[in-house]
Amino acid sequence: MRREFRDALRDPLIDNNPIGLQVLGICSALAVTTQLSTAFVMCVSVLGVLTASSLAVSLLRQRIPSSIRIITQLTIIASLVIITDQILKAYVYEISLKLSVFVGLIITNCIVMGRAEAFAMQNPPALSVLDAVGNALGYSLVLLVVAFVRELLGSGSVAGITVLRTVSDGGWYVPNGLMMLAPAAFLLIGCFIWVVRSIRPEQVEEVYHVGALPEPGYEGDLR
Amino acid sequence: MLEHYLSLATRAIFVENMPLAFFLGLCSFLAISRRVETALGMGLAVIVVLGITCPLNHLLHRAFLAEGALAWLPGGERVNLSFLTFLVLIGTIAATVQIVEMAIDRLSPRLYGALGVFLPLIAVNCAILGGSLFMVERDYTFAESAVFGAGSGAGFALAIVALAAIRERLHYSNVPPPLRGLGITFIVVGLMAFGFMAFSGIQL
Repeated sequence: MRREFRDALRDPLIDNNPIGLQVLGICSALAVTTQLSTAFVMCVSVLGVLTASSLAVSLLRQRIPSSIRIITQLTIIASLVIITDQILKAYVYEISLKLSVFVGLIITNCIVMGRAEAFAMQNPPALSVLDAVGNALGYSLVLLVVAFVRELLGSGSVAGITVLRTVSDGGWYVPNGLMMLAPAAFLLIGCFIWVVRSIRPEQVEEVYHVGALPEPGYEGDLR
Repeated sequence: MLEHYLSLATRAIFVENMPLAFFLGLCSFLAISRRVETALGMGLAVIVVLGITCPLNHLLHRAFLAEGALAWLPGGERVNLSFLTFLVLIGTIAATVQIVEMAIDRLSPRLYGALGVFLPLIAVNCAILGGSLFMVERDYTFAESAVFGAGSGAGFALAIVALAAIRERLHYSNVPPPLRGLGITFIVVGLMAFGFMAFSGIQL
């Protein structure tokens, strides 16, 4: 039993990372990573929503009829996101303006739905909470790495503290404007996956052979 | 007047492309882009659903949720329901998807065969909710929100079909093993985003 708990918490960090392997929650991951502070607030919000929603879904799992489970889960998640949004607006108003619509988009963040559907519906509350925390941390890991690189190279600072003094401030560093734009986020995540899979070769995807494209309707991992 | 809508549509399709500039709907963008045919089906479904939900949510928002919208009720001017926005938007989207699915099933079984699989997935596609949230945030009028919705859907369709075509070709190339699959797809999407940045600043 203890082993199970440990695995639920540790697996999603590298071995089964929600972004790198499960392809979940990418939508919101990229837009908030131009600065470390916004990325951090986003991570905390997702951690809170994911943990609470997994707990709630897991507690109700015997009572939710399977025919309306999607809309029930959506309602639970949407209510939690509303609370998060109100808290952010009350305490960190500046950052909540920067996050704009992306707080609301936690509702459709596939990690939250995905974990509720795939894990919390079948497992007891304690295990579901650990799984939720593990997945949120795995998500945060990627977000913070990407945000760190983008902020450091894009504006020469880390979490708002100047590390590389930029030319406009009288220093020597010419900021890389590309890092602030959308394409850089995609390239960085691609490189992140490249590094992780070089260290863990067992994560490498199998090769499709020429002419062996998946049949129409195959799409095993539809989301 | 027409130019205004044309310019809004161009912006929604090219300049502010949902997946490539705002990272919205990326999960299905990456998962359903292995074949051009399926990508086309998904793209069409997104155009239809976004084109319907965006103006519909606009009406609901104006009628009930916006600040002061309930002033017609006795004592309603003190009530502000805007904290319910998320719940109402996602509820409308889930219900609309269900109704569109049933309507298509009834009216055109052939189209249902092509789009059917994708419709339930669209309810949790960030691009749809994102479209409605942007509509609320930018305060579009009814006509503007319809144009914006359909335009964003068209932008998504364009991007997903292009990505699927590139990925079909990628099967023939020799990608380093750790990059195979997801890794190289991210890098391709990054390069596509570069391409779409060329549209920025276009005004009609």
